[in-house]
Formats: sequence, structure tokens, C-alpha cells
Amino acid sequence: MTVTSPAAARPAPARAPSGGSRSAVPRALLRNKLAVLALAVLALLLAAALFAPLVAPHDPNAQNLLMRLRPPAWQDGGTRAHLLGTDQLGRDMLSRVVHGSRVSLLVGAGAALLAGVIGTAVGLVSGYFGGWADRTLMRLADVQLAFPSLLLALAVVGFLGSGLGYVILVLGFTGWVSYARVVRSEVMSLRTRDFVTEARAIGVTDITLMRRHLLPNVMAPLATIGTLHVAAAIVAEASLSYLGLGVPKETVTWGSMLSDGQLYLGTSWWAAVFPGIALMLTSLAINITGDALRDVADPKAYRR
Amino acid sequence: MSDLTPDKPPAPADTAPRRRDTTGLLRTVLKRLGTALLVLLCTATVSFFLVRLSGDPVKILLPPDATARQESVLRASLGLDRPLVTQYLDYLWGLPRLDFGNSLVHGRPVGEILAERLPATVELAAAALLLTLLVAVPAGVFAAMRRGRGSDHTVMTGVLLGQSTPPFWVGILLILVFAVWTHALPASGYGTWANLVLPAVTLAVYSVAVVARLLRSSLIDVLSSDHIRSARAKGFGPLKVVLRHGLRNASLPVVTVVGLEVGNLLGGAILTERVFSWPGVGQLTVEAVSNRDFPLVQATVLFFAATFVVVNLLVDLSYSFLDPRVRTSR
Repeated sequence: MTVTSPAAARPAPARAPSGGSRSAVPRALLRNKLAVLALAVLALLLAAALFAPLVAPHDPNAQNLLMRLRPPAWQDGGTRAHLLGTDQLGRDMLSRVVHGSRVSLLVGAGAALLAGVIGTAVGLVSGYFGGWADRTLMRLADVQLAFPSLLLALAVVGFLGSGLGYVILVLGFTGWVSYARVVRSEVMSLRTRDFVTEARAIGVTDITLMRRHLLPNVMAPLATIGTLHVAAAIVAEASLSYLGLGVPKETVTWGSMLSDGQLYLGTSWWAAVFPGIALMLTSLAINITGDALRDVADPKAYRR
Repeated sequence: MSDLTPDKPPAPADTAPRRRDTTGLLRTVLKRLGTALLVLLCTATVSFFLVRLSGDPVKILLPPDATARQESVLRASLGLDRPLVTQYLDYLWGLPRLDFGNSLVHGRPVGEILAERLPATVELAAAALLLTLLVAVPAGVFAAMRRGRGSDHTVMTGVLLGQSTPPFWVGILLILVFAVWTHALPASGYGTWANLVLPAVTLAVYSVAVVARLLRSSLIDVLSSDHIRSARAKGFGPLKVVLRHGLRNASLPVVTVVGLEVGNLLGGAILTERVFSWPGVGQLTVEAVSNRDFPLVQATVLFFAATFVVVNLLVDLSYSFLDPRVRTSR
């Protein structure tokens, strides 16, 4: 089956071999008001995750059975002590939502980084050397694409055991294809450029050439894909936790909170709604940032 | 799972055979079939060994105080005491005959269980697909025709929301609004039209977003081409130009990407079925994984991979219907 990668078919935007002016990207990003808002949300989220024990008013796992399923503070029966209410075991929702951001961000960043490293390496080798290496690797990518990644993650985590490490590993190993395709197509067009030919003529080795001359030139599209992949990985982790197959039960995750909260939807909407909002805001903010990055890196797409 | 679909859809032209002789076309089809079979063989192999890397299903099936003798009797009766290679070859040999072995938990042929659950999943997927076409195509056309204006931004904001919202969260919100608060629709159950509405909408949200977004950018590309300009010059109205001359060309890249998105849709189906306790293959898969029901897991994984492969074969074949240049090259 021949699959044309959506991203691979994009024409490589011409960029200066040195990487161009670096300050242009942040400045263009800041002109996009929505992106600024998204970045602010992300900054807040990052702060919440880093300083969770300081920010959270309670221990996220402290149970209080006398305070089960209390509504948020502004509703009848709510207390100031639990601003967003409590869950079925009397645990503080706000503290759990804050602590839940840790797993989400860790898995998102870890999986995107791992997939990025694998995909970039594959793409560089595939695009630079071509020939049988390229054919083998791209065939491997086709096979990888045919696996529904959630299903693969489900099977791996369900069978090898739950744990943060496994989740990051499996999401990293299932997410490399889009990186590889983009890097490959960029490298294939860069390979024929003068600066590569000249570097090879003066005896630069393949490894150095890839690292020093090709890699810097694919960083812009990599940043875009990486950003979008963080959101995808966060949603995937939440999906696994929702199915009860992600990280162990003691770890606070938005997915498992949603799964628990759904059971009490009839009486206590807050138990599912707050982790859901947190998850959606995070994924939305990252996607907006990724879209804005792409618009900056590829102005042609922006105009359309 | 992935939101990595870029704005600009790919051109599927390089997958289309352009040779005049039929042997060329036949060779392409055979090559594609070969790849499909390779994918399925890999899937079967990986899932076979993956499930066996994990714990012992005998330990789960028996109570913790079972004796070693009881364990070995059960292991022998399930065929798990044979050498791994024998089990693997047995399994591969059964596949062409659609014999997936017996479920460890249900004690019945896996194929039978799968066949029971299939109609629910097909019903859900068909309803979601219909919804996707009914909503995404008008939305994409509308946004493309009003590009850059307020209504375009509204559609694109909806698209961004749809792509960022995981299906189980959509499902929970829908249950909250339509089942808990307004009592308009049931939150779970299977069998009537009312049961189908919320799960179908839940599953469709993501694909509506993907298709609308791609169709919009693909149409914008097509609308700037020469044949559209001459259609306009002939005095056709804007809607007629889009429907008669634009949509067909714009649908080609959309179909390609939709084929690739099937993997995400299948993942979405697993989650949607779980949210609504829908008695389909997705639920079956999650149950099988939690129960370590080896044969059932292998069969469901293979089922999903086969669906992906078949849909993408159909996508490849559909080019010749959508693009007359491919058809005439036969």
C-alpha cells in the first residue's frame, strides 16, 4: 500500500543554510494574538505542573469520606476548602486537576522527544542515503502506520504492564513516522543543494554533514510536528488512563479522573467536567501553538 | 490520536498508475496487495508474541489457591503447554481459514464472538461516516467559498476544537447535557435509533474536523486553477462552479488522508464504545486485553489492522473513479 504522507508532500520552503534569523520566529508568533493566549495557558500549566505541591491546596490522594462528592464552592453545599468540589472518595478536585497536569506534560514531552529523535534519525538516513536503506525504512513506516496506534499502545500497556515509562516508550515508538517522512522529504531536497555538495567535496563525513548541515535545516518543520505531537501524546495517555490501562491507579491522571467521574455523572457533574476541561484546554493550547508555528515557518499556508 | 494532519493535503498523483498497458496496472494492484498481506502478517506476528511476553493467563483464570497440578491441567487443555513455535505455526495456519482459536475466557471460537460484536461496530461506524459527510462537506465548501471572512473563522475554530477534543470527553459532555440534564436521549444501551445518536455524534466529531479542514484547503487550491476560472467566465454561479467543477478535484486529496485517518477513527471507536457501553468490537478489545484472552486479543488486533488495510486499498482504487486521468490511462 502506498501512502502519501500529508506532510511529506509539502514543498520544502527554501531556507538559508545557516538557519536564517532566529529572532524572527518568536516575533511573528507574538503577533498572533490567539497564539499568545495559548502560550500563556501553557505557561500557567507548566507552572502548575512544576510547583504542584505548592499550588495544590490539599494532598491529591488525601481521602475524606465525610466530604464525598461535595459540589464546587459556588454551588449550594460547596465549601471554600474545596473550590472545585470533591470526588467520590472526598479527595480535593482542584488538587487532583493540578497534580494531573504532571503526568500529562511529562508523557506529552517525553513521547514527543522520543518519537522526534527516532523519526529524525530515520528521516536523515532515509533521505540522505536513499537506495535500499530508504526503501526498507519507508516500508517499515507503512507497516507502522497500518497499526492503529491506540490499539498498539493498549496491547503493549495492557500486556507488559502499566507505568509511566511504558506509556512514554509506546507512544514514542508509535509516533515517529510523521517526523521521519517530513525530515526525509526535506533532506532529499537539501541533498542536491550546493552547500551539501561543497561540504562533501572538502571531505566532510556523512555523519558530520547530517549533524552540522542537514539537521539545523530541518529544525523548523520538526518544531511544528513536535508541538502537535505533544498534544496527540497527551490525549493518547489520557485515553489509555480512561480505559484503565495507562499509569497505575495511585498516580493522578486526568484520564482516570474522567473515567471515575463518569460513574457519578448523574449526581456530581464536577467530578468529570474539571479534568475534562483541563485536558481540552491543554490540547487546544498546544494545537494552537503548533498551528501558529507552522504559519510562521510556512507563510504560504498562512495566506490560504 | 494524531493531530499531525497539515493544512495542505497531499497530491495523490504519484500513487496512480499512468502506464497504458494493463499489465502495469495489474502489477501495481498486485504489489499493493502484497504490501497489504505483509502488513497483516507483521500484525499477526507482533500481536502473537506481544501477548505472550506478558503474564500467564492460567494464573488469571484460576483462583490464587489453585494447585500446580490444576494449573498444568488447564494449561494443557488450552494448548498453552506446547512449544511456542508450534503454537505460532498453528495460529498462522488457522488464519486463512478464519480460524482464530478458542477464547480463553468464553471458551467459544473467537471468530464467532467477533461476528456477534461486529454489527454494532459497523452500525456505529456507518452512522458516524454518514454524519461526517453530512456536516463536513457543507462546512468545508462553505468555509472555502468565504475564505478569510468571519464565517470561515467560525468554521475553522470549530475544526480546531473538534480536533483537540478527545472522543471520551465529547461523549461525557454529551451524556451530561442530553441524558443527565435534559433527559432527551439515553446515556447507554443498544438497539434503538435513540441509542445510536450520542455515540455516532461522539465518534463523528473528530472526523468532521479533519475532513472539513482538508476539504477547505483543498478546495481553495482547486478554486484558483484555470478550469475554474473558465467555468466562472462562462457565467456559472459561484455555488455551481464549486459543486460541478471544484468538489470532484478537491475530493482526491481528502480521500487519501481520510484513508490514513482510519487508524485514528478505529481508536476513536474503541473509546466511544467504552463511553457508551456499546456492545461492539472496541469494547470486546478492551475486555480481551484486561482478561489476557490471548486468542481474542490477537483476533481483534488483526481485525482492526485488516480494516485499515482494506480501506486504504479501496482509497487507492477510488482514484480511478475520482480522477479521469487515471481511468483513461488503463
